[in-house]
Formats: sequence, C-alpha cells, structure tokens
Amino acid sequence: MTVETVAFVILSLLAVISAVGVIAFKSPVRSAICLAGNFFILGVLYFMMNYDLIGISQILVYTGLIMMLFLFVILLLNLSAPQMLQEKSYIKWWGAVAVAGALGIVVFSQVIMPLEWAVNPTSNPELGTTKSVGTALFSNYVYGFEICSILLLVGIVGSILLAKRRG
Amino acid sequence: MLATSLYNSIETESGDSIWWALLRIGIIVGFILAVVPGIIWWERRLLSWFQDRIGPNRVGPFGFLQPIADGIKLFLKEEVIPDKVDRLIYMIAPAIALFPAFVILATTPWGPNKLLTPIADVDIGILWILAISSLGVYGVVLGGWASNNKYSLLGGIRSAAQLVSYELAMGVALYCVALPSGSLRLTEMVQRQFEPLYGQEWLQSWFILTPFGLVAGVIFFICMVAETNRAPFDLPEAESELIAGFHTEYSSMKFAVFFMGEYATMLAFSAIFAVLFFGGWSPLPLNLEYLAGLAANNGMGWLASALTFLLNPWLAPFWFLGKATLFLTFFIWIRATLPRLRYDQLMALGWKYLLPIAALNFVVVAIWMMYGWPAMFGAFGLLILIYATYVATVRIPKAKKFGPSVTLIDMPANTDTTIEVTRS
Repeated sequence: MTVETVAFVILSLLAVISAVGVIAFKSPVRSAICLAGNFFILGVLYFMMNYDLIGISQILVYTGLIMMLFLFVILLLNLSAPQMLQEKSYIKWWGAVAVAGALGIVVFSQVIMPLEWAVNPTSNPELGTTKSVGTALFSNYVYGFEICSILLLVGIVGSILLAKRRG
Repeated sequence: MLATSLYNSIETESGDSIWWALLRIGIIVGFILAVVPGIIWWERRLLSWFQDRIGPNRVGPFGFLQPIADGIKLFLKEEVIPDKVDRLIYMIAPAIALFPAFVILATTPWGPNKLLTPIADVDIGILWILAISSLGVYGVVLGGWASNNKYSLLGGIRSAAQLVSYELAMGVALYCVALPSGSLRLTEMVQRQFEPLYGQEWLQSWFILTPFGLVAGVIFFICMVAETNRAPFDLPEAESELIAGFHTEYSSMKFAVFFMGEYATMLAFSAIFAVLFFGGWSPLPLNLEYLAGLAANNGMGWLASALTFLLNPWLAPFWFLGKATLFLTFFIWIRATLPRLRYDQLMALGWKYLLPIAALNFVVVAIWMMYGWPAMFGAFGLLILIYATYVATVRIPKAKKFGPSVTLIDMPANTDTTIEVTRS
C-alpha cells in the first residue's frame, strides 16, 4: 500500500462521486460544477501517471470549457438559483437506465476486464512530457497537426463572419 | 552545521520522501496564511498615504495587528445567508476563489534548492499557471450566480468575460518568454535568465531587460492586474454600479475568504512575475559570481566576499519575496492612481491592443531565435515604423475628420454684472 495507491483510491472515488453528481443533481448549474470537478480530478489522475501535458490539457481545455457551458446555462435557460430542471417523463427515465446499463456492460467486458486489475498507477516518466509530445507532434504527426490548425483557423474566421452578419 | 546538513539531506533522495513533501506543503500553506494579513495592512497603509490620510495605526506597532483584529471581528460577526440562494454553491464558491493562489504558489521556485521550490517543480510550469489561474473565475461566477441577486450575477458574468479576454494576451505574453527559455519549467526559465545579456559577461539577461521581454512583461503585468480583478479592472465588484458585485450577499467569514483569495492571488501573480521576468531569486541583474572573481583579481577581497555572500542560497527567498513585495506595491499604487475602466474600454484594451501586440511580439521573438539580435532589433523597428505610418495615415486623418464630439464655444463675456471682490 504505497502513497500513490492511497492517493489513487481517494482521487478515483472523488471522480466517481462527481460523475454521479453530474446526473444526480436537478440543478443544471450544480451538474456543470460536478462535470468541471470531474474533469479536474481526471487531470490530476493523469499527473499521477506522469502524463503531465495531457493532464494540464484536460484542465486547461475541458475545465475551462465548462465555464462557457455554465454561462450558456445561465444566459440561455435564464434560471435563477432556486429553480430546478426536472425530468417528468418516467418512460424516458427507464430508457436512459437501459441504455446506460448496456453501455456499462460493453465498457466493463471490453475495457475493464482485460486490464486484470492494474496495480501500479504510474507509467514511464519519459512518455508524457512536453518534450516527447512536442517532438511527436512536429515530426511524425506534423500533417495532422497542421490540418487541425487550418481547421481551427477556419472555425475562428467563420465565427467572426457569422457574428458580424447579425449586427 | 545544521544548515549544511539540512541542505544536503534535501538535495539527496530523502528530499523526495512523504515527510519532506508534507513539510513543503506546510511551509507554503502556512506562509500564505501568515502573509495575507500583512499584505492587507500594507495596502491599507499605502492607500492612506496616497490619499493623504494616516490609516490604521492604533492596533499594534504601526497598526500592524489591524488585519488580525479585523479577522477576529469577521469571524465573530453574524452570518447572514439570504433565503433563496443555492446554498451548496453559495458555500463552496469562496473556497474555490481561494484555491488557485495556493496551487500556483506551490510551483513557484523561491530559491536554487529543492526545499525552496516549495512543492513541485513541474515540467509544464507555464501551462500550469495558465490553467489554474483560469479556474479562479469559477469562485467569482459561482458566488455571483448562487447569491440570486441581479448585481451579483452581473458582477460574476463581467468577471467571466474579463478573465477569458485577458487570459489570451497573458498566455501569448508568457509564450514570448518560454520560447527563448526552451522550456516550460519555471526553474529552467530562471536559470536561462542567468545567462549573459547582449554578450556582456557581467550582466544577467533578466527578460525584462530585453526588448521583447519588456513588451511581454508590460502585457503580462496589465493582464495579471485584470486577472486578479483589481482596480482599474475591478468591474466585477464596481461599488458605484453593482454595490459590491459578486460578493454583495456574502457576510462574515465567507466574505473574508473571498478577500483572502484576492490577496493571495495577487501574491501568487507577483511571484510569477518575479520568476518569469525579474530573474527569480537572483538579487541583481548582474553576474555576481563573475564580478566577485573580478574584484578578487583586483585585490578587493572584501567586495568579493560581500558579493559571494549575496549569492548564499539561504538568502534567495529574501530576494524573491522582496521582488514579489515590490510588485504587490505596484498593484496598490495602480489602484490608488487609475480610475476604473468602462466596460467597452476594458474589452477594447484586451482584444484590440494587448492581444495583437503580444502576438506581434511573439513573431519578433521567433525572428530573434532564428536570426539573432540585429534582425530582432530590425524587426522591432520595422513594427514600430509600420504602426507609426498606420497612425499617421489612418488614425490621425480619421480623428481630424470626425473631430471631438464636444466642441467648446467661446462664451461672450457678461458685461452686465460685475462681481465685487472685497478684501478685508
């Protein structure tokens, strides 16, 4: 029972609790907070596995993105604090349970069972550093990287164009 | 020698044990909690001097214990929680506001050895700072939303827009110094600043002394004032418009936690500024080792020993914290000097000025990396020339064409009434 194992158990428990919170809370804002917390804890789990860059990207991109989701919830749904959203239809509810159960069985049988209970939560320290990721991106995967950047540029220009047209 | 043995045991593998980790965590948490009242006292004293007042001077020597008295008062005050708040989020929002400062300060190096790099010397230093500081907005927005108050909500949403806007320029300004360092690790970036400046052996290339570093440093400083929601960027809590903004409905200790979070974040950003632009823990932008050698060769042994003494690793935190204190003073000075920006001015500054300047600066740094100093100065001059031509050909004619919207009319002197001035 090393320190890493204890930390891993605590963090994964927190991650599961926050993931349940995403669907258990009736207030959409609370769900968004749980999602942000879940992504943050996933980032910390990546840090434990020495995947520093992936972990910080997780926090920078996803946890930061939830802020936008949160603002959309406030601005578009126009909810004040005590108001809650609640699903009234029980048929939908049971349908969701069935789909989630099926997905759970698939994940459990295909992803979790072959792992045979990994004991060491850390990995090769050289694999996830900024340097190795950067080298890979700018050598073997440079075409994909550049195509992605063009795609992002098109997205930025397009969003500005759409925003301009309205005014 | 206790100090030497302690130093050696930190530098060896035993410095990685869990007890050392806990010790470092204790140092950083205890330090922040202890120093925040000091910052509050410093701000109140300085502001009162700026405003020609005396300020708190009764509790303890020079009023130094005033923040502690205020803390006790806030602890004991009645806590008013409005009826229709979202209680869970209302409770956790101050804690979220306090969290980023601790996590950022955990990675800042205070000195050249392991104990003085408080908790973690992470490989992703700058990204870590950007990611964690962007989490600070959660506390403000959640506090504003959960309060169920129009003014609080407005303050929270303003804060979100402001932080998202200034984060971009801040990120690009940070990349401008990460590029010449060749590393995102904060300790390596400090080491890079110990190299000779402009080929002069006796100078150290603190980034603030290089042209691109100066531009990046100024942009970073403006952005860090905006990120901490301090005046003149304190729109989220603009008292004249929004009562107290996001913390209108907070009272007692929760308000105090928000307050502490603001000051701890100021300290964290000041420390980052010192690390990235002002050479971290080195006392002066001079290569003291080289100068000490020079002094020893010229028969000035006392000067050599004095200069070597300044380089003592145990003195490093003092230099580092001294710089951080200086930048905290700048924060307060700016608050006392500048009026609050209007919202559109805030957005224009962030998007139309800081971000393009930072991006151009990034290009200049890249040119220097590729082609050296002369090309960089050339590119710098070219950019200034282009901007000057733009101002001369586009901006000034435009301004003349439309002119100022309010024109002053010369009023004819009123001759009917005369004002009697009597002198006694």
